[in-house]
Amino acid sequence: MTSYITRRLLLIIPTVFLALSFLFFLFFTLPGDPARLIAGGANRTIDSGVIERASERYGLNDPLLVQFKDYWSRTIRWDLGESFLTRRSVNDILGEKALASIRLAIWAIIIEIVVGIPVGVLSAIRRYSVGDRLTTILTAAASAIPVFVLGFVLQWAFAVQPNKLGWPEWARLRTQGIGPDSWTLFFIPTGEQWRYLILPAITLACVSTALAARMMRGSMLEVQRADYMRTARAKGLSERSVVVKHGLRNAMLPVVTLIGIDFGTVIGAAVLTETTFSWPGLGSEIANAVTQRDLPVVLGLTLVVVIAFALINLLVDVSYAWFDPRIRLGKGGQA
Amino acid sequence: MTLVEPGTPTTVTGVPEVAAPEDLGKARPLRADVWKRFKRNHLAMVGLGFLVLLGLIAVFAPLIAPYSITERASGQFRQPPSADHWFGTDAIGRDLFSRIVYGARVSLRIGFAATAISVIIGLLFGAVAGFFSGMTDTVITRVIDVFLAIPYIVLAVAIASVFGRSENAIIIVLGVTGWLAIARIVRASFLSLKRLEYVEAATALGFSRSRIMFRHILPNALQPIIVIGTITVGYVILAEAALSFLGVGPQEPTPAWGLMVAAGKGSLTNAPHLLFFPAGAIVLTVLAFVFVGDGLRDALDPKLK
Repeated sequence: MTSYITRRLLLIIPTVFLALSFLFFLFFTLPGDPARLIAGGANRTIDSGVIERASERYGLNDPLLVQFKDYWSRTIRWDLGESFLTRRSVNDILGEKALASIRLAIWAIIIEIVVGIPVGVLSAIRRYSVGDRLTTILTAAASAIPVFVLGFVLQWAFAVQPNKLGWPEWARLRTQGIGPDSWTLFFIPTGEQWRYLILPAITLACVSTALAARMMRGSMLEVQRADYMRTARAKGLSERSVVVKHGLRNAMLPVVTLIGIDFGTVIGAAVLTETTFSWPGLGSEIANAVTQRDLPVVLGLTLVVVIAFALINLLVDVSYAWFDPRIRLGKGGQA
Repeated sequence: MTLVEPGTPTTVTGVPEVAAPEDLGKARPLRADVWKRFKRNHLAMVGLGFLVLLGLIAVFAPLIAPYSITERASGQFRQPPSADHWFGTDAIGRDLFSRIVYGARVSLRIGFAATAISVIIGLLFGAVAGFFSGMTDTVITRVIDVFLAIPYIVLAVAIASVFGRSENAIIIVLGVTGWLAIARIVRASFLSLKRLEYVEAATALGFSRSRIMFRHILPNALQPIIVIGTITVGYVILAEAALSFLGVGPQEPTPAWGLMVAAGKGSLTNAPHLLFFPAGAIVLTVLAFVFVGDGLRDALDPKLK
């Protein structure tokens, strides 16, 4: 087990290196000149001396390979540079934005687990019932609706309409920004905070909740047919204990895989959700930085996301062994 | 004509070639069988019906749309739906219904063309990786892993800012970022199929490797490709909308649905129809492709459930 984890951790290094290097070179093939950007903006006429000094200062005149080497020798010491646009250190941006993203993500995951898994299980137990059919259609619809559209629809229904119809103040949800940013125990909103949190959390959770429910349903249906389920029933166990103790644990395995694999989609959803609600997290920051070509910010934040992605995948593989002790990690090199 | 060829130049009609019933009547029994199973799936049939309708709308857009996509009704900005303008007018007085009708062309063109690129790239890499195991396989699989490690949206936005914002550029961006999952599926099929006897027989007959790969194995690996291809068209349309929203998608005055949604977000209070109509068009289209894809999966492989 330990050797397996070590090997997987080591494998993350080339993946991260290659992914970031690809982005690095991609950005240098972009039309336009980053030095202009630093010197004051892409569309303004700027004194050529200013551009020259900016290039000099950030080493943008060096050959590409020298810059590439510099970039990695800095990155390896976790010096992520500073934003071309605001001159803020990327480490600071990261520290500030990551918290907002993590809090939003925690709530999205809570919704995913609390809603998605029970809905999937119920849907499987009562197969072909009205609720099951409804679940099938709703989960399909949830994965077909663009994240930002869902965000706007929710904004319209829970913020715009209540304002128009003059609902009581507490029922009008907020749609822009993070609000007072007040939390206890890191992630529990206090005071007015929940009115800012609830819509983006639901929006972010929607796609993965639908996916989890659908996957849970399919997996549970499969497990229902298994022999050990019949045995458990034959032993006279209550239906509840059959489903929860025998069914659920076995049916969780593919769902956990999915949640791990799906993390990429969640990041995409986070970018769109945070942009829609102006939530000051990593996602909206990355989207801004990419469109404004703020290379150090893009690379710095992506680095963190890529590492997190790799670690979560590793965590998923390790959790297999917990869910299904028959799986031995590391033997034969396959997880 | 096979059942559905993802990305054949059907982009103009936009209708996946699941063919009319009379055509299937003459077809081989297997095809008729698949159609029979497909017909039993109501959601898939509704999806197919919607896509046929959408294809017709795209083809006959000039006949259906009452106005042109650039024509401005003077003084009628952000008007709610009315008899003159079924879906109302947008911020500069253009007829929203006409723009959504023409938008069907854009979405289907981008959807099919980008999917065609993804399928071709995914097919080549997946087939090569699965057929030649060893070093080739390892390299291709690692490359796929590296690209999968970059969040899709970051990759797409970054590449989109290299290629620009024309419709063709968007097709290329979505095409070159969407092949990873397809390659994995093709690789898995080739890995298991190459061990079968008929491949051994073909090898013994001295056929070239490319002939074995594409004439012998590929036809047997086609089913999952058809399914994922159909679903991919839907997701490409979603991705196009996301790029438009982030400001790196097609540009005005292209009547792209995603762009209309992005433009409509500012008028949520006064003119929510500017957001709801194009958003509805996107959701229904993507749903239709997903339902047809699911229906095809069930119809092509009745063992799978």
